[in-house]
Amino acid sequence: MTDSTPKTKYELVCGMEVHAELKTKSKMFCGCKNDPFGAEKPNIYTCPTCLGMPGGLPVANKTAIEWTIKLGLALGCKINLFSKFDRKNYFYPDLPKAYQISQYDIPFCYEGVVETSEGPVRITRIHLEEDTGKLQHKTVDGKKVSLIDYNRSSVPLIEIVTEPDIKSAKQAKEYGKALRQVMRYLDIADCDMEQGGMRLEANISIRPEGQEELPDYKVEVKNINSFRFVEQAIAYEMERHDELLEAGETPAQETRGWNPNKSETFSQRTKEDTEDYRYFPDPDLPPIRFTQKRIDELAAEIPELPKAKAARWEKEFGIESKYAEQLTAERPYAEWLETVFAIAEKPNAVANAIVNKKVTVSEGEDPTAVAKKVADLSKTDDVDTSELVAAITKIKEANADAVEKYQNGDTKVVGFFIGQVMRVLGKKVDPNVLRTTLMKELKK
Amino acid sequence: MSTITPQQVKHIANLANIPVTEGEVTDLADAFEETLDVVANLQSVDTSKVEPTHQVTGLENVLREDVVDEAHMFTQAEALANAKETHEGFIVVPIIIDQE
Ligand SMILES: [Zn+2]
Repeated sequence: MTDSTPKTKYELVCGMEVHAELKTKSKMFCGCKNDPFGAEKPNIYTCPTCLGMPGGLPVANKTAIEWTIKLGLALGCKINLFSKFDRKNYFYPDLPKAYQISQYDIPFCYEGVVETSEGPVRITRIHLEEDTGKLQHKTVDGKKVSLIDYNRSSVPLIEIVTEPDIKSAKQAKEYGKALRQVMRYLDIADCDMEQGGMRLEANISIRPEGQEELPDYKVEVKNINSFRFVEQAIAYEMERHDELLEAGETPAQETRGWNPNKSETFSQRTKEDTEDYRYFPDPDLPPIRFTQKRIDELAAEIPELPKAKAARWEKEFGIESKYAEQLTAERPYAEWLETVFAIAEKPNAVANAIVNKKVTVSEGEDPTAVAKKVADLSKTDDVDTSELVAAITKIKEANADAVEKYQNGDTKVVGFFIGQVMRVLGKKVDPNVLRTTLMKELKK
Repeated sequence: MSTITPQQVKHIANLANIPVTEGEVTDLADAFEETLDVVANLQSVDTSKVEPTHQVTGLENVLREDVVDEAHMFTQAEALANAKETHEGFIVVPIIIDQE
């Protein structure tokens, strides 16, 4: 396992590109079902348009566009009221039209920010495009082949690009998680990492600490499907670049992949000599113009986001931020939990009990029942003094050496005795009564 | 006038995914040259006051509601009908990436 904080006198310069599939009902440019992971068979959700057949005419999905703008607004982006789609041309079997419909120079959203504990990560742009089909490389009848499934072809895909503001492998992970959380709060993407519903790419280079200008090279690590792997891949690359730079070499400008089994990155052959996508505006798709009024309406639909929720919980219910941060992670859960806070006598005790797993609760459970469970935690049983003394005496007899230790001034053994008394009695004794009685008895 | 090199022809052929022989490269270089000469005429037109034109229809916001349109979807058999080779519902092509 790679250490995530490698020792280096260089500092990381890293930007990220994140792709996420939107969970619209239909695909981006046709009415085919958008459910590539739920499909029972390959190639069952296709039509002439998403198979790139002659005559297929794409028409953009309004919901996908509005969701992209919502994400932009949630991340503080500016919105281009006028926008368009462009063709990105390249040949690959997962791309039946031999071009991907994407956005080149006028993305829907630009200049936003994601706050992390290590500082802001500026968003350069968010654009909307279509996903490709899915390839699998296999041996069939002794022949090495690639198998294509176009169920995913033309599923709406957003790409979120950052400035090179990421300063550590850990921050890259935090950024990715924060982004996923916002998309889930907006209910626009499931971001299932394992299935490839959210894919991470890091542009990595390092520079001597204190240097202002950007390094003269950059390595792209593509298609990473977990936050842990992105953290490991960045740490791995930092060490690799460090060694090369120390040896007087510059790391090659290239695309690399992450091999989770070997915990290392590997060089990938590029599919074309140079990236030459020959973008041009897609003549099939008329441009899109929004009014500020519509953007304002979309902004009004954005739900309260985790950070704002945590701040409000602190103010309204006195929930400590260390609990709120964890408990606001998923929106439906947070919304249910708030119904518990609303009726609980001590909401912060509820938060504490849940975070520290002192009670088991499940989303949707009756709020009153949850509040009672938490209240029961601090309830004590009635134990009369003689019963308590009898128990202590019994424990003292069985642990004469510990008693002697205590009498010789070793107060650490008190904890041991408290535990023993609770166990023997099988009841919850008021901790103050227990302690006082115990001290008195131990001195005897 | 610009001179098209064999490397440029090969690069463009590669981008278009069209295999070309050495002989064709020479012929195409000449043909590209001629085409560029014709296109060069356009450079003499003053376009400094012309807005870039991406669309001539004047249409905007041609969008669809997010609704599944089963009627236009292919069955798996229809989707695979034109494929040269298939395997268990997938389209088969020669291996793209030979993973070690
Ligand atoms: Zn389709």
